[in-house]
Amino acid sequence: MKPEFKILSPTAILGYGFPEESFRRGMAEKPDLIAVDGGSTDPGPYYLGAGKSFTDRAGVKRDLRYMLTAGVETGIPVVIGTAGGSGAAPHLEWCREIVLEIAREEGLRFRMAVIPTDVDRAIVHEALDGGRIEPLDLVPPLTHEAIDASPHIVAQIGVEPFMRALEAGAQVVLAGRAYDPACFAALPILRGYDAGLALHCGKILECAAIAASPGSGSDCALGILREDSFVLKALSDERKFTAESAAAHTLYEKSDPYFLPGPGGTLDLTGCEFIEHPDGTVEVRGSKHVDRPYQVKLEGARPVGYRTLAIAGTRDPIMIGSIDSIIEAVQARVAKILGEGNPARVFFHLHGKNGVMVHLEPAKDARAHELGIVIEVVADTQEQADTVCSLTRSTLLHYGYPGRVATAGNLAFPFSPSDVRAGTVYEFSLYHLMTVDEAKLFPFRMESIGQEGMQ
Amino acid sequence: MKKMLEIARVVRSKNSGPFELVLDVMLKNRECFEALSESGQFSPQRIAAAYGVPVSDIRRIVWFQPANAVKVVMPRHIVSGAPGDSDVYGAQQHAPLLDLEFDL
Repeated sequence: MKPEFKILSPTAILGYGFPEESFRRGMAEKPDLIAVDGGSTDPGPYYLGAGKSFTDRAGVKRDLRYMLTAGVETGIPVVIGTAGGSGAAPHLEWCREIVLEIAREEGLRFRMAVIPTDVDRAIVHEALDGGRIEPLDLVPPLTHEAIDASPHIVAQIGVEPFMRALEAGAQVVLAGRAYDPACFAALPILRGYDAGLALHCGKILECAAIAASPGSGSDCALGILREDSFVLKALSDERKFTAESAAAHTLYEKSDPYFLPGPGGTLDLTGCEFIEHPDGTVEVRGSKHVDRPYQVKLEGARPVGYRTLAIAGTRDPIMIGSIDSIIEAVQARVAKILGEGNPARVFFHLHGKNGVMVHLEPAKDARAHELGIVIEVVADTQEQADTVCSLTRSTLLHYGYPGRVATAGNLAFPFSPSDVRAGTVYEFSLYHLMTVDEAKLFPFRMESIGQEGMQ
Repeated sequence: MKKMLEIARVVRSKNSGPFELVLDVMLKNRECFEALSESGQFSPQRIAAAYGVPVSDIRRIVWFQPANAVKVVMPRHIVSGAPGDSDVYGAQQHAPLLDLEFDL
């Protein structure tokens, strides 16, 4: 029998934090690996497109300081996937600088493998021409124009680039965009553990204690791989794993809980069993990895304009009663003033009416006593967005709708200035699978951190 | 008639990637799970009607016994975070499910 392989997952997303005590308990288990995935597409297209992290620098630094000092001191590998939230070159560099800063402050010396996962546009163009790109379900087909318009195109890498870096002796691996479980599964797979179990364990650990009961994204969890199963263990007395909490997590953010596709294969959970133990742990058996032609998921976002917002509210029952026709009339008046070639798109978000669900809102006749109104304007330039937002806001503020009695103004503004420049707007432009020869892409670069001559 | 919250302990929505919305219902126990799945009442037609969308928008309904759960996959009408979107994470699209009742 193989010895156990223990994986410490400190937090769901690097920067979300964890209690120091849970981390210490995790370290007392003498883990073989400390791993965390730093990213998600959940926060929307802006962060990938703009090259900014959606996580806070101080939060990321705090989490990394615990992980790096503990890992380097004990020689336990620290593996980080999806650096900087989106994993493109600027995100990777942002996270790398934080690592260097911590190493300097703590006097740490170690070898770090950095794995960029940006995909050159020429490669994507060539793959598109060669029929090696396919859209995911509900995604429109890719165009050359979308490739050129996207400032950063990243691929979600699988375990292989991590394995090569670890085999070369990296103490720390810092990767760009990665398939969430990859940073957890690479080292155990390298040591000969079953890929299906390692990836499924990683799939659950990537959200740390979210899969425990009660769940939390800001607490640590431990995964213990064995030859034919893995065990999930919580690291604070407040929570435990149950068969249901672990199984339920397999549903989270997935379109099919039985077949989870990833780079180079599919995780088949049809034969999976979740066995609850009395000590608050859960043992999972039967997860299988089925090899398939190697495809990676590409992600990209493109700029589509500039946004200006105005936030306001109304408490007037007469206005609330005819808000739809008022907005229609205001838009018509604004269009008339701007004349031909109005460059802006204007959206009214009516919170208290249908601001959250819009056309999916079934409560069409409900009437609230007050309404929140967000005026969103997207135009080709920031100045145009400012102009149209200003005009729309002032027109709505003073519009004399039928039956109006409150003639001093239609809107309550919580802020001065009322209008906020929100900058460049992005939308997702790539969410496609690309067939690749994995071994040729995503090489690592080994750096000696804290050595003479290094920063 | 049984109200949704008499048989379910979790009712939620979330993106599955920027283009898909998934609804998850976790039933209180195996009995509730089996009663609901066998009743045929958690159907594409019922869900489409609750959201006011064509039945063809209910792309998949997957029953997952290990979690006593059922999952519904729908398209997002506006891709996450694109101009005019109202819910970037898709985390507040679950409420119409709370109003469903089942004859179990």
